[in-house]
Amino acid sequence: MSIDKRAGSAAEALADVPDGATVLISGFGGAGFPNVLIRALRDRAPKALTLVVNSATHRYSLTHELIEAGLVRKVVCTAARGRDNEPSPFERLWVEGRIKLECVPQGTFAERIRAGGAGIPAFYTPVGVGTELAGGKERRTFEGRDYILEPAIKGDLALVRADAADRYGNLAFRYAQMNFGPVMAMAARVAVAEVRAVLSEPMPHDRVQLPGTFVDRVVAVGA
Amino acid sequence: MQPLNRLQIAWRAAQDIEDGMLVNLGIGIPVHVADYLRPEADVFIQSENGVIGAGPLAPPDRIDTDLVDAGSRRITLRPGGSIVDSAWSFAMIRGGHIDVTILGAFQVAANGDLANWDMRLPDKGPLVGGAMDLAACARAVWVVMEHTTRQGEPRLLEACTLPLTAVRCVRRVYTDLAVIDIVPAGMVVRELVDGMSPADLEARTGAPLAFAPDCRELTAPPIAMG
Repeated sequence: MSIDKRAGSAAEALADVPDGATVLISGFGGAGFPNVLIRALRDRAPKALTLVVNSATHRYSLTHELIEAGLVRKVVCTAARGRDNEPSPFERLWVEGRIKLECVPQGTFAERIRAGGAGIPAFYTPVGVGTELAGGKERRTFEGRDYILEPAIKGDLALVRADAADRYGNLAFRYAQMNFGPVMAMAARVAVAEVRAVLSEPMPHDRVQLPGTFVDRVVAVGA
Repeated sequence: MQPLNRLQIAWRAAQDIEDGMLVNLGIGIPVHVADYLRPEADVFIQSENGVIGAGPLAPPDRIDTDLVDAGSRRITLRPGGSIVDSAWSFAMIRGGHIDVTILGAFQVAANGDLANWDMRLPDKGPLVGGAMDLAACARAVWVVMEHTTRQGEPRLLEACTLPLTAVRCVRRVYTDLAVIDIVPAGMVVRELVDGMSPADLEARTGAPLAFAPDCRELTAPPIAMG
């Protein structure tokens, strides 16, 4: 049977997400948020999720809807501070001790996910040495400089936003949409991409930025 | 005595950006450095979200919601610019390919320790973003900040009291009152605003200061705060 990764809807693409899943969600700096998929995940409402997402509070991302709906047990992120004086949904639950937080420097966050998809269980980085985020981590010196050991991150599901896809799952991104999309798709057991448009023909080879081999389902959601 | 305003601090830091540099600018005062680069300087601005060659903000008729910087500002790309994914962007940062990063700070210590990510505000979540990666790994770290807090407490200290971003990383500090280099022996004042004596500056600083023999007047053109 020929490969066809096109799903009929976001709900169909997420129909099998179980409770307790680790979900990687792309988006940073205002671009690349898979907000149609996030809302479909909220409607499906699996419980006790771990979210791996750059920001728990970004104003352009709908991640906060999953948190507000009480579906999230833990967030692994680089940013968990709301912009307003009023606490964000994440901060409210965090202060009450009802949600866990792992705060990670952004480059370490990206590299841990990359490692997860690249068969590397852990790696040494100089980032965080001498700070409270290095607490309890294995430390080692290479060529006179101190490094800490950081473990890979893998996910059950990745939600990614791209511009275009084809039936093979090949993806093309626009400008800063890319951010965490490629590494998150690689690090998850099931990667779902929402795109502006699914092409009727195979994507021209020189336009593919993430090979469909890393993508399991694609959903056209429009602009 | 006329302290520099925040945009004038950015202007002063911009004068030290050299031709051909790859520069990362933090959120706040630092992003304004891009507005005051010397016109003849051919500089690429890197943004942590993968943008290499960030240009000016997009005019209203040219806004593209997918073309943004790490601060979610709708920008343009300069000729020769490009965009990569986050893993590659931080490989660039961690790998020592950024010539200089200019960051804001809460506190800087005499040994170059930087605290700029967590003010320990009650009920506020932490926000580390790319600050630790940049501070630990850029080839040079410059800080732009006001010399004291709004309450008049010094921000330049013997040792930081807030959580550290990275250790022994800051090489130069631009404030509203002075330009200060951080060398192995401590803080060396290179420039000082007109009308401020060394003793006045020491009174506003929480660490010992040396004054360079060729210490100059810190000046900037008038720039209105927008």
